[in-house]
Amino acid sequence: MYHYNDFDRAFVQERVNQFRGQVERRIDGSLTEDEFRPLRLMNGLYLQLHAYMLRVAIPYGTLNSDQMRTLALLAEKWDRGYGHFTTRQNIQYNWPALRDVPEMLQALADVGLHAIQTSGNTIRNVTADHFAGAAADEIADPRPVAELLRQWSTDHPEFQFLPRKFKIAVTGAAHDRAVIQAHDIGIQIVKNAHGEIGYKLLVGGGLGRTPMIGKVIEEFVSQDDLLPYCEAIVAAYNLLGRRDNKYKARIKITVFENGLEAFRDAVNEQFARTKPAFSGVDVKLFEEIRAQFAPPAWRNAPLKAYDDAYAADALFRSWADTNLTAHRAEGYAIVSVSLKKHGETPGDATAEQMRVLADLADLYGHNELRISHEQNVILPHVHKSDLPKLHAKLREHGLATANIGLVSDIIACPGMDYCALATARSIPVAQQIALRFEELKLEHDVGPLKIKISGCINACGHHHVGHIGILGLDRAGVENYQVTLGGSGDETASIGERAGPGFSAEEIVPAVERLVLGYLDLRSSPDETFLAAYRRLGPAPFKSVLYPEQEAKRERADAA
Amino acid sequence: MPRKFTPKVVTANRLLEGDAVWLTAEGRWTPDMREAELLDEEAHAELRLLTAQSDAATVVGPYLADAVAGAQGPEPTHFRETFRTRGPSNYAHGKQVEL
Ligand code: HEM
Ligand code: SF4
Repeated sequence: MYHYNDFDRAFVQERVNQFRGQVERRIDGSLTEDEFRPLRLMNGLYLQLHAYMLRVAIPYGTLNSDQMRTLALLAEKWDRGYGHFTTRQNIQYNWPALRDVPEMLQALADVGLHAIQTSGNTIRNVTADHFAGAAADEIADPRPVAELLRQWSTDHPEFQFLPRKFKIAVTGAAHDRAVIQAHDIGIQIVKNAHGEIGYKLLVGGGLGRTPMIGKVIEEFVSQDDLLPYCEAIVAAYNLLGRRDNKYKARIKITVFENGLEAFRDAVNEQFARTKPAFSGVDVKLFEEIRAQFAPPAWRNAPLKAYDDAYAADALFRSWADTNLTAHRAEGYAIVSVSLKKHGETPGDATAEQMRVLADLADLYGHNELRISHEQNVILPHVHKSDLPKLHAKLREHGLATANIGLVSDIIACPGMDYCALATARSIPVAQQIALRFEELKLEHDVGPLKIKISGCINACGHHHVGHIGILGLDRAGVENYQVTLGGSGDETASIGERAGPGFSAEEIVPAVERLVLGYLDLRSSPDETFLAAYRRLGPAPFKSVLYPEQEAKRERADAA
Repeated sequence: MPRKFTPKVVTANRLLEGDAVWLTAEGRWTPDMREAELLDEEAHAELRLLTAQSDAATVVGPYLADAVAGAQGPEPTHFRETFRTRGPSNYAHGKQVEL
């Protein structure tokens, strides 16, 4: 894992000190709210419906156990005992008091964490595949690249006032778990014909009110060219991006309005300028960073404990089948710990749960944890022989739900329970869908299905790329939920299509149930997933189960 | 034709705690919306909003929100404002347990 050097430490400490002074000056009246607001946003502090909200970056979703304990400390000491992990691999605290925030930032700085550039028109927290460094299918660990980008983008003087926020995601595997096609820049590590490692770069993806899938701007960028090329992209965007209309300011619109070819030309023009400015320090730095991400010393041990538990314990077996992923090292597994216990808030963890996870990472996980954009916690390196003990401990703390990738593993943004921009709630919808499917005891039969819920058009809950997407809206003063179908956030990314009229808060859960049950009838075999069935059959049969009255009407008309 | 004025309350978030508060007739900020001053008249509402805006040491982002007279005082008309009087629906936190 990357550890802060003296420069990082001094920089973050200085920012904490500055913010402490800014808070004091706001409270004593020397700063107006108009002056203070951009300063607090630069430090991740928002004002929401019921309180302030502090957003803390978890760079590329990677944490060590001490950092996780500090997240727990913040939850307990300055919040209400829990934190909310988000789709951007951040954690949000929903209840801090203004006076306490500098102390919170200090506690974070002490373990190498911060809230810088988690807001504003800057390059935000760089996200990465949450299985990075562990996945059996990856070409290379994406985190060294993500760390390089983090260092380059943090406080980058040219990029503090971009036309709009800017999000970068990196994957090291062809199977995309980082939703790179929905990012301003998506980076995929690839190998060329000579076996050299390089980067496929996508630009102009994004969700929000105008969802777009990213386009490949360059098939292969070499290591030496990566930073200068990224700098060229952001510089071109900084010049071409629209500042007249906030809704047209993201790079997706810049690429769309100028066309990919013209945008690429603009990038190449910038590249001619940026490339000579990089003397190769970036490549040297990259090598230094990469050394810090060396894999832990793998252990060789018999698998008997695992095999025995798998054979004897049905609960363990179900959990192992659902929540484990193939690891690159012999005898190891990647453990996804679900923060989606049926009826709980997706992505929330209590301080106690965070501490338990930190302890488990110490005991069995080479001291590493990850936060996934799907709002779960990952223990990336666990030897299989330790899994029965780990599972038992998870069970004691409500963390052993066997539902990764299933109906109840729902992404939901905070929605109108917290968010000031929301048009409807999203958390209760997620809770009710999960509880209903728990009741039906169906989700393991249904298989892989991604439901994603946003509480407004900004799409923080990724609804556009949900197999079933739900968007909460305000229709004449009443909560209303629009359903989209067939979205996907992996390497086959697609934007979901609107199914038809929205549903009321009471109707939405039954509507989802009809859809899922309908799919069970429509699939060609139990191996055909919801998404595959939708792609094979198209929307029509799914719409008929979603809107049975209209279907009945049509049938009556046909009969007449 | 200009739209008919509907009754309002002045509301904001408190600077230090960040929680929702409402302006009373005496110019005090209260966490209990029922104690707020219900503003039936547009000119008066604008004036009260100006007063609120000058109180930047106490509150952030004051605005006029629709309200109606209820048995115990002003009540919200929109669900967003209702949530602000209560707190989130996923935990018993906020005003639903604090008032
Ligand atoms: C509660 C405070 C939040 C505020 C004020 C907020 C605000 C916004 C806004 C305004 C946008 C649209 C920006 C644009 O397209 O230009 C957006 C997009 C997004 N936000 Fe949030 N958000 C919040 C919470 C979250 C949370 C909790 C998550 C993760 C669960 C999140 C992740 C995202 C993602 C993934 C997008 C869409 C991707 C994209 O940028 O195109 N945000 N947010
Ligand atoms: S999607 Fe809308 S409601 Fe949900 S967190 Fe984002 S801004 Fe808030």
